[in-house]
Amino acid sequence: MNHPSHSESSDRSASRGSKWRWLHRFGSPAWMYGFSGRWAPRFAVVSAILFVIGLYQGLVIAPPDYQMGDSYRIIFIHVPSAWLSMFSYFVMAVAAAVGLVWRMKVADITARSIAPLGAIFTFCALVTGSLWGKPTWGTYWVWDARLTSELILLFLFIGYIALHDSFEDRRTGARASAVLAIVGVINLPIIHFSVEWWNTLHQGSTVTRLDGPTMDTSMLIPLLVMFVAFNFYFASVVLNRLRSRLLEHERKTNWVREVVHG
Amino acid sequence: MLVGLLILGVATAATLTLTALQDNINLFFSPTEVKQGKAPEGRTFRLGGMVVDGSVERSATDLNVSFDLTDTAEVVTVKYAGILPDLFREGQGIVTTGSIENGIFVAREVLAKHDENYMPPEVTDALKKANAKQYQTNGGVKNDS
Repeated sequence: MNHPSHSESSDRSASRGSKWRWLHRFGSPAWMYGFSGRWAPRFAVVSAILFVIGLYQGLVIAPPDYQMGDSYRIIFIHVPSAWLSMFSYFVMAVAAAVGLVWRMKVADITARSIAPLGAIFTFCALVTGSLWGKPTWGTYWVWDARLTSELILLFLFIGYIALHDSFEDRRTGARASAVLAIVGVINLPIIHFSVEWWNTLHQGSTVTRLDGPTMDTSMLIPLLVMFVAFNFYFASVVLNRLRSRLLEHERKTNWVREVVHG
Repeated sequence: MLVGLLILGVATAATLTLTALQDNINLFFSPTEVKQGKAPEGRTFRLGGMVVDGSVERSATDLNVSFDLTDTAEVVTVKYAGILPDLFREGQGIVTTGSIENGIFVAREVLAKHDENYMPPEVTDALKKANAKQYQTNGGVKNDS
């Protein structure tokens, strides 16, 4: 499954101009393997520390809500999950597009590494929202625009993974699924603005508002800490997944042999 | 180039589809739309609005309850027999499923809509006190939010 054409083409373009040379290093599987190996553990440490701080602040220190009491505390998981479900889709689509346009193998592998994680975040956002919906709204699920478009996002992730892996040739699968990923980007603004464009049961935005967040500072700070923690967690897990996928894809190359046999 | 065209094409298709589906994507009708006759008559649909202050009447013997829903322009009276969600209260946004019978909306399900405000109880208490003072000086009605 070795495709020497990839490294050749990236070498060729790298010699074109020195200004963008730093960028081309990301196209080299061997360099990327080392890069992700250096950064993944650091991100993991930052994320773990922030998780401890954020969860303690959110679950112990932050006051209960005036209407919902303690059940609102699920937002400390729900909101970062929902954000990452959309952010990871965006990063996945950009990586897939880069892979499609510039035939960059590392970009394909990055997109495929993000997909399952994005699906898990989407699933978390749906489940935590549903658990919060029952006591607050009185129902686990309603087919409003926000909930439905987020469910479609889950299907997009699953569809991307299925399509990517359903071809014998890795590059055909990457190309076909990249088109799906790019088309699916249209769902992101729909998810975000659904609560403004249509009547929904889901409330409007709390944090990303033009007139500032409508949340008390004592609750907003732990939410932001959890938000940063989730992002570092995401970066760390993606880099780790990328590492193992790189080894698998490049298993017949010399640099992997060197890595494995010392 | 191909990717650009692809995105443009999909964006156009999505916009057209969503515009065409505009009415179907909305989860509920507002009282104004009901009064204008936009809501399907004799069929089940969802109605959304704010519960009018002081309009909730509970039966003393069973679970029957009636209240007025408003979008600040029009008012529709709703009848419901069942347990209301915890967040149901006067001044709160709700979404209810049912149909119009003799000008009254008979609800089968009542869902509370949460707003985008998150506050600790002390803050709302302080706000309420400030409001109450204002109402006293204005000689206005009691505000139970």
